[in-house]
Amino acid sequence: MTLLLEMKNITKKYGDFTANHNINFDVRKGEIHALVGENGAGKTTLMRMLYGMEEPTSGSIMINGKEVHFHDPSEAIRQGIGMVHQHFMLFPSFTLAENIVIGGEPKRSGLFDRKAAADKVNELGQMYGMPVDPWRKAGDCPLGVQQRTEILKVLYQGADVIILDEPTGVLTPSEVKELLQSIKRLAAQGKSFILITHKLHEVMEAADRITVLRDGVITGHMESNTTDEEKISRLMVGRDLIPMSRVANEPGASVMHVQNVTLAGAKGAKPLLDNVTLTVRQGEIVGIAGISGNGQSELLQVISGLVQPDSGIVELNGKDVTGDSVRAIREQGMAHIPEDRYMWGASREATVLDNGLMGHQHQYKKGGLIQSHKLRKVVSGWVERFAIKTGSLDTQAQFLSGGNLQKLIAAREFAQNKPFLIAAEPTRGVDVGAMETIHGELLAKCKTGDGILLVSSELTEILKLSDRVLVMYEGAIAGELSAAEATEEQISLLMAGGKRQL
Amino acid sequence: MDQLFDVSLFNSMLRIVTPILLAALGGAICARVGLFNVGLEGLVLVGAFSAILGNHLLGNVWLAIIFAILCVMLFSLIFAYISINLRANVIVVGISMNFLAAGLTTFCLRAIFDVKGAYYDKNMMGLPKWDIPVIKDIPVLGGIVSGHSPLVYLAFFAAILMQIYLFKTVSGFRLRAAGENPVAAQSLGIPVRRIQYGAVLMSGVLCGLAGAQLSLGQVTMFTEGMTAGRGFIALVATMLGQSNPIGVVASSLLFGFMDAFSIRLQGFALPAQFTQMLPYIVTLVAMFFFKDRSYLKDAQRANGSSR
Repeated sequence: MTLLLEMKNITKKYGDFTANHNINFDVRKGEIHALVGENGAGKTTLMRMLYGMEEPTSGSIMINGKEVHFHDPSEAIRQGIGMVHQHFMLFPSFTLAENIVIGGEPKRSGLFDRKAAADKVNELGQMYGMPVDPWRKAGDCPLGVQQRTEILKVLYQGADVIILDEPTGVLTPSEVKELLQSIKRLAAQGKSFILITHKLHEVMEAADRITVLRDGVITGHMESNTTDEEKISRLMVGRDLIPMSRVANEPGASVMHVQNVTLAGAKGAKPLLDNVTLTVRQGEIVGIAGISGNGQSELLQVISGLVQPDSGIVELNGKDVTGDSVRAIREQGMAHIPEDRYMWGASREATVLDNGLMGHQHQYKKGGLIQSHKLRKVVSGWVERFAIKTGSLDTQAQFLSGGNLQKLIAAREFAQNKPFLIAAEPTRGVDVGAMETIHGELLAKCKTGDGILLVSSELTEILKLSDRVLVMYEGAIAGELSAAEATEEQISLLMAGGKRQL
Repeated sequence: MDQLFDVSLFNSMLRIVTPILLAALGGAICARVGLFNVGLEGLVLVGAFSAILGNHLLGNVWLAIIFAILCVMLFSLIFAYISINLRANVIVVGISMNFLAAGLTTFCLRAIFDVKGAYYDKNMMGLPKWDIPVIKDIPVLGGIVSGHSPLVYLAFFAAILMQIYLFKTVSGFRLRAAGENPVAAQSLGIPVRRIQYGAVLMSGVLCGLAGAQLSLGQVTMFTEGMTAGRGFIALVATMLGQSNPIGVVASSLLFGFMDAFSIRLQGFALPAQFTQMLPYIVTLVAMFFFKDRSYLKDAQRANGSSR
């Protein structure tokens, strides 16, 4: 295969901090090259240099054997490099066609020819097997379609090398599968991909070659068929991961019980929650699997008191808490790691300290004032215990990486020390190290006899941690599997609305 | 009823609506690039003063209009620099622009013309009235549409042009892109700052015209604070019209009509203080009915499944 792109001896320094040290990285025509590493390992910095958003301190970038210097992204785009950012760069009120052709809009007699744009998009979709409806508004499309639009956009720009930055973080399992198939097909048609991720099973499935980064240096470089997930994660983390196993506890009394909960949907639509009954007992982790949007969010909102059910009751430690305020429910014995850390879990603008205070405010209050010296001690304890990388306790939460913010939220909720914990997508978008920490804490909490309700769209997570697995489909519990019965196939079948096979 | 609604009511509505419409279009283009321009009132006030000053210095209405446009563009650059380059809060910048304009015009009135309160020169030529051939002979319609200053026609023409520009041209498409998601636009190599500057300057041009219509259109004089809240009404028209030029025309017409109507009501022995409240009451009622549904939609989405 011909060498398309070469980054030679790239070093990037920010003051005294070296983000990338002497990195050699290359891409061949028609290959998928995975770039893996934990958050802060320097993957994004390297790609920003390739995409012209940063300039290297030293080193050179060659495309087709010729040295290039990029000062801004449009120059990189002209040289055939395209990037799909982790947070999508779409215009929600524009149509998909508009989003795709922007920057190279077809014109007719001086005006924007939207018909031609739509035709062009249909043609592209056909050619690469990624059809989209050109006239739909981007904001109304599911995330999988938005991602497809992003890829079509860089293809429209004429990209030969496409950088995908954490492309699967927000997608459902079936969307992930579809995406990986699409990029494999595109690679077969001669496009090259740089896949930035820390999900190793996706790397193993799609990538031809793998480069591992840790702390700004390359720690490994290999062909995917000569390696395995364990080897890669060792290179990423720099030590062996402690193998974790669930020790089955004898579950005790019920800590949380939901009885026949129903929540009506929009008029004429199916109910959001359809007669849901479930119990979480002391010392067990109950996993809820399901394709997102099948009622998991609503169930959590009902349990945590954010939404009142139309019928049914929620019991916490044997007490009926239906209709109680969120605060009352939390005080009755519930902690909650919410599913979306930016929307529900933390305030971007607030400091690490203030985010740590949330939910603990009544505990650190004296005469109406917050006792910040006490709180400071507690939060810095969390930072140490969970190895949260932050400048200081007064850093704004938005400057923390996703994984570190998630660890902060998890630490805060673990510190509530309540007998029942909701853990919703506790490790979404976090790296292997953070995942290990959070999983370890969840198992430890369960061991002390507390009950945990785990909601996750990652089947591996569900299978690894749960004592029982409930699958939700269209607002109802489609089936229950014990840890022994639960396999990926069984769960997937129930998730898709199939019947349980015995 | 005949006395309440007649041709001259609608005729004066068109005249009254012009400064509001022009300023609201300026507000709309700023809103489209993500800068909510609260300083319209100040821009129009500077326009009104500099139109009179230009007329006084240059002795020609057309040159005076150009002079007003240039002055307001210069003034709007302050807004652009502070909110785009220094990234200050646009609302705060807009409000200070209004106070700055009020002080500056009052000060200049005394320093240049040596008068207090108002400046009036009976020899000064105002804007001409254009009679539109053919249309002026049509009954009713002719009476309403014909016989206005050129700026009245220009205002409606500008609205149509802006509608075409924003929604039909590539350049307008990129302008909207820069406002909707600046980070994404930047990543595509769209010069967001330059576009924002262009939009602010364009709003300066439109507000300069609005000011010229105020001080040279009907009367030929400048009084302190003569905009009397029209810039704020324009701001509301921008929002009601959802920054769509055609929508802005509709909402401006509503306010222009209420304004003309309130003047008419004064002829019916209603207290002037009461009728002057009318346009603002309508504003409040209008906000109640036309509240921006998109906020609601976002909120609903945020409350539902967050994926």
